[in-house]
Amino acid sequence: MSKMHISTMVNGQPEEALCEPHQSLLDVLRDEMGLTGTKEGCGTGDCGACTVQLDGRLVCSCLVLGAEADGKEVTTIEGIANPDGLHVVQQKFLEHAALQCGICTPGFIVAAKALLDKDPDPDETTIRYWLAGNLCRCTGYDKIIRAVQDAAAELAQSS
Amino acid sequence: MASTQSYGYTAPTSVDETLSILASSSSKGERTQILAGGTDVIVQMRSFDKEPRLLVDVKQLSETNEVNIGDDEIFIGAAVASGVLNENQELKSLLPGLLESADLIGSTQIQGRASIGGNLCNSSPAGDTIPALIADSAVCVIANSSGNREVAVEDFVTGVGTNCMTSEEFLLGLKLPRPSARTGDAYLRFIPRTEMDIAVAGAGVSVTFDGDGVCTKARVSIGAVAPTALLVAEAADALVGTTVDDAALRAAEAACSDAASPITDKRGTVEYRRKVVGVLCRRAGAIARDRALA
Repeated sequence: MSKMHISTMVNGQPEEALCEPHQSLLDVLRDEMGLTGTKEGCGTGDCGACTVQLDGRLVCSCLVLGAEADGKEVTTIEGIANPDGLHVVQQKFLEHAALQCGICTPGFIVAAKALLDKDPDPDETTIRYWLAGNLCRCTGYDKIIRAVQDAAAELAQSS
Repeated sequence: MASTQSYGYTAPTSVDETLSILASSSSKGERTQILAGGTDVIVQMRSFDKEPRLLVDVKQLSETNEVNIGDDEIFIGAAVASGVLNENQELKSLLPGLLESADLIGSTQIQGRASIGGNLCNSSPAGDTIPALIADSAVCVIANSSGNREVAVEDFVTGVGTNCMTSEEFLLGLKLPRPSARTGDAYLRFIPRTEMDIAVAGAGVSVTFDGDGVCTKARVSIGAVAPTALLVAEAADALVGTTVDDAALRAAEAACSDAASPITDKRGTVEYRRKVVGVLCRRAGAIARDRALA
């Protein structure tokens, strides 16, 4: 079958692409749209490095077909920062040194921001379960959890 | 013919259109694959089953996305993501055991896509929602060219990874009787981690009581201890006519251990699974009872 044409809204911008019928959304984002912030870890939905939001819901973009994103809204790591600077979740990851090699970080930040959008004051258990689908082999997770807790605290103060 | 087939993707918008795509591919000897959340299908496509096929995305159909809570019946569309189901508070209060079984599968990201219908169609012996569906008397609504046909969930899965649907049929959704006020359900599984693992053993229980606190109806199903999830009538019989006290639960436990025919693999031995599945039935039975009487 020939390539398929898809029209999506990525980070608020209309994007069009040609993709193979079985090509993943992850590969379409990276290879066809040049959005390489989203990372591939396992390719089987276990590690969460490729996490994006599809119509507002967290998904592993390796387990979504590009074709399925036609007519949908996608938010990637490139859509998290504000025009005036980093999102507070990104800032707190830096301050708490919640990353080392950085491959898992885009997925963690997209997932953590989605949590805080839904639940602005999550307890530690909630954060750990919410982020259970994001694997990090460097940090041991504690710094990531503290960064998310601190981001929640700062968002609560500024609201 | 299949060797010349390349990958294709189509997202029909009606049941009739879906059925005609399936029929036309079938008549040409081409392989089709129904796609709902894709959390099993896409992984399989990338690993051990790379043969090109036509992917038929059924998420554009209104029927597969429907959740309808009626006076007598509940319908859950085959493609409704478990993350969406778990935000439905009414459904959660009516069928907490079923929703917990869906909530046990995968991460937040997986639950954004994975569906109960997909878990059932994947037909793994360890699918967590299957014993919960069987306990809740769920029936599969299968679309085919002569109208819908209905098959009880316990008769749907025919073996490891196989089910009773032909390549010209697909699952529209699941129909469950609306539980009465004195009905409760529960599903428990054992995994060696705290979450995101595949069941070593699982048990789903639904019990209904009369006004005197006597159990009038029970359904018990066990998973990951046989090629398919099993409905264990002997375990249910041990509960009916009792108050689902410890003695009755111990009898149901023994019936589940007897009914199990597990294998030994990296997750557990035959002896271990046989023991644990009984314990899970006893504990799930107590939770279902407490929910029914609450």
